[in-house]
Amino acid sequence: MPTVGIKRDLLFKALGRTYTDEEFDELCFEFGLELDEITSEKEIVSREQGDTKASDASDVILYKIDVPANRYDLLCLEGLVRGLQVFKNKLEAPRYRRISPVNGDPQKLIITKETAAVRPFAVAAVLRNITFTQERYDSFIELQEKLHQNICRKRSLVAIGTHDLDTISGPFTYTAKPPGDISFKPLNQTKEYTATELMSLYKTDSHLRHYLHIIEDKPVYPIIYDSNGIVLSMPPIINGDHSKITLQTKNVFIECTATDLTKAKIVLDMMVTMFSEYCSQPFTVEEAEVPLLASHTLSSLFYVESTEKIAQLLTRMCLLSRATGVGDEIEVEIPPTRSDVIHACDIMEDAAIAYGFNNITRTTPRAYTVANQFPLNKLTELLRQDLAAAGFTEALNFALCSEEDIADKLGKKISETRAAHISNPKTAEFQVARTTLLPGLLKTIAANRKMPLPLKLFEVSDVVLKDETKDVGARNSRRFCAVYYNKSPGFEVIHGLLDRTMQLLEVKSARGEGYHIQAADDSTFFPGRCAEIIVRGKTVGRLGVLHPDVINRFELTMPCSAMEIDIEPFL
Amino acid sequence: MADSGVVETLLQRIEKADDGVDSLNVAASLGVDHQVIVGAVKSLQALGDIISADLRSSKHWELTVEGSEIAEQGSHEARVFSSIPLEGLAQSELMVENIEDQVREKLLQVQKGNFSQLDEKEKNELKKRKLLSEVTVKSYWITKGSSFSTTITKQETELTPEMIATGSWKEKKFKPYNFEAMGVAPDCGHLHPLMKVRTQFRQIFLEMGFTEMPTNNFIESSFWNFDSLFQPQQHPARDQHDTFFLSDPALAHEFPQDYLERVKKVHSEGGFGSQGYKYDWKIEEAQKNILRTHTTAVSARMLYKLAQQKFTPVKYFSIDRVFRNETLDATHLAEFHQIEGVVADYGLTLGDLMGILHQFFTKLGITKLRFKPAYNPYTEPSMEVFSYHEGLKKWVEVGNSGVFRPEMLLPMGLPEDVSVIAWGLSLERPTMIKYGINNIRELVGHKVNLQMVYDGPICRLDS
Repeated sequence: MPTVGIKRDLLFKALGRTYTDEEFDELCFEFGLELDEITSEKEIVSREQGDTKASDASDVILYKIDVPANRYDLLCLEGLVRGLQVFKNKLEAPRYRRISPVNGDPQKLIITKETAAVRPFAVAAVLRNITFTQERYDSFIELQEKLHQNICRKRSLVAIGTHDLDTISGPFTYTAKPPGDISFKPLNQTKEYTATELMSLYKTDSHLRHYLHIIEDKPVYPIIYDSNGIVLSMPPIINGDHSKITLQTKNVFIECTATDLTKAKIVLDMMVTMFSEYCSQPFTVEEAEVPLLASHTLSSLFYVESTEKIAQLLTRMCLLSRATGVGDEIEVEIPPTRSDVIHACDIMEDAAIAYGFNNITRTTPRAYTVANQFPLNKLTELLRQDLAAAGFTEALNFALCSEEDIADKLGKKISETRAAHISNPKTAEFQVARTTLLPGLLKTIAANRKMPLPLKLFEVSDVVLKDETKDVGARNSRRFCAVYYNKSPGFEVIHGLLDRTMQLLEVKSARGEGYHIQAADDSTFFPGRCAEIIVRGKTVGRLGVLHPDVINRFELTMPCSAMEIDIEPFL
Repeated sequence: MADSGVVETLLQRIEKADDGVDSLNVAASLGVDHQVIVGAVKSLQALGDIISADLRSSKHWELTVEGSEIAEQGSHEARVFSSIPLEGLAQSELMVENIEDQVREKLLQVQKGNFSQLDEKEKNELKKRKLLSEVTVKSYWITKGSSFSTTITKQETELTPEMIATGSWKEKKFKPYNFEAMGVAPDCGHLHPLMKVRTQFRQIFLEMGFTEMPTNNFIESSFWNFDSLFQPQQHPARDQHDTFFLSDPALAHEFPQDYLERVKKVHSEGGFGSQGYKYDWKIEEAQKNILRTHTTAVSARMLYKLAQQKFTPVKYFSIDRVFRNETLDATHLAEFHQIEGVVADYGLTLGDLMGILHQFFTKLGITKLRFKPAYNPYTEPSMEVFSYHEGLKKWVEVGNSGVFRPEMLLPMGLPEDVSVIAWGLSLERPTMIKYGINNIRELVGHKVNLQMVYDGPICRLDS
């Protein structure tokens, strides 16, 4: 969930009162926010870069507030204050209006078909007669950054460009060109670069280098020009220096280019609704026409409930509502800030939040149900108890491991295992799902070599095997594995544990309908010291003395015997 | 056991002495090493209150090598004197007819142990001349004990079958047990603490009438893990950074076709009262196999199955492994156990969800609960569950809960008036709190501290 850092004193000024930290924490909790940390820039710099660097940093108190991942309208001071003030009945929910320019036609952004190959969508709007102060400007930049990191998925889905409209002239063209054909002076640089040069220039930029991959390999790069050929931006990387906004900027042109149109509209709505507050006509936005594309709509949803109270509650959540008088019908106006509202249930949640979750009477579902255990888990639970009673200690190992663990180290080839492979492991520890429990137990012994001997361990847990008959092509298999580690191999101990297990599972020692073991060859085990476990004619597992090479590869020094069986046949 | 002759002699000495004897003196008078007497004292002490012995330390004086030589042969002065022949006497020494070798006399006194014959000044002078040195000696002052006797009856260590058969135990004396010592550790196996806690959670759900879901399928398709839960295909959780994808078997093949179409429609176009997410939903994305990121994937399968029958209310639970391709630290691993509870019935409310959570957490010994609005892609409303931690004196998050979205339930075919409430928490966190473990690696995985497993108490979550 995104965290927003807000200067406490500015926040209190905007809220029109001060709160103690506890009071503000409580307010956040009720509204569905979390006051995560109370800190200052100085503290943050000091923690991350040491005290010496921190000496120049500001010690203004910052509130770090966790905002739900779908509430993009709470990512800046403006939106947060608006939401809280309406919630506390101190402010009426604003009604956002889309207006046409006073004189002349709306600004136009023309999208050419070349963009389809790289970044096909764009939407735009204008904020007229805005007044920036340093704080508003900072918040404006900060909101773009927050949106870029969250809903824009690090600019891959949507990238925002903001421009001083008075430095450029429409109509604007959004097109795509080969990088060699693009040349302009990028933001905060002193000379012109081609797009190819920019890509290598920004390779070392700690901030921008993370976005290069989005277009780097494309044959054409997206680019926006004004009618005089001035570059506004090369999304999603960088804006042009020419049209950059300053504290003196009066009219702001905002464009959002995207690979996802719905998200682009949401992002544009956020930018304009949040900062339209500072326009000479608050909460108005001038539409920019984007031919072929519908601009954002104010949608309405209808929800049936019984009381005026619900309408009041919703209005407190910035959802202007009124009972229509037709039955229990309530008309709810969804502002463009609330892109998270897509179903009546989203509105109902807001009513519940306004009412206060903790004010709702707690009840008990009345349904009578009979509990059943999953038979395989029931067997597992019962078996584990008695295996511990037989003197073995339970281990609990990871279901993921390296290829080496289940193959090379056990003297097997990875192709012989029916292992499921992971495509994006961060380290070798997560290459495959285990196909046997044995490596985990041997690693547990290796990590506990200081413990007194003998070590007697077991695990009853799932391994994963490829299985074409399943919809996903793989299935779990519940296994029981035990190892005995001591100065002597102790085959008889493991064999005795097998006998005891069969006794617990009511399988008699006999060929045919019972169980027996017979010599088998297995590269994991010492030659002549391995047997198959056969139950009712079917092989369920193996036991034996481990091969000295296996013992060495797991960094062990003592002889060791082990058994592993599939317990699903005993259900 | 000390030499029985020494023990007996020692007892006789103690009997004769009115106020006790010193072990050093006894050793000296018997002409044995002091350690022999110490051994005798210890073996007598082990037999009960025959004697009482107080450890004391005393200082005494010993002759140095040079001092011993003087004690034997006389002081240097005396030796000079005696070596002067009569005819060679100097005038001045004519006055001395004889000498008294005081140094030697003093040293001889010390050698005999009569330290008190010399005053401190004299002793210190001799010490300065390096003829004497002061030594600290530990000895016992031995007096009669409450059951003093000069004859020792051997004490029996243990009751034997013969004693019971013959009744001889009645005449025997038994060596007292040392109740301060620890017993012998039993030779036994142990259950893993996390599994002990899992057993308790299963028990709680069973007590509450919840049926266990079959969660033995770690590999799941993105369809059941995400799409069926109305989690959009560009959601960050579906990123390579957060989820383990499979290269083999890379794709899932069979889906309930009608249902899949309804899921596609609700994502891309909306429906069931929803506007949907309005994006181009791709089957290729849904087919991708992953290691499930939550057991809710199984809940989705179970609810779909339920929707294919005539509806009856159900309560389901599961506790099993889930996988996240996350950065690891002291409290996060790439896999952990998720505990999940699900209730489906007509007209369930938020009040029902909070009520059942209250019952559930009461069984864990947690009674102070409050709920915070939260966001979760597949529940609406969503609530984080906080409990008041008496130790930390603050509210801490203990779980997540919510009402499943209609966009998830209606495409499955569940009746419109059925609501499904659910909650989840991790198994590791309460276990770490319960057993006071700070590093999750000491609890789960091969780096487990087996001593911790051996020493773990039974698990009662409500006490």
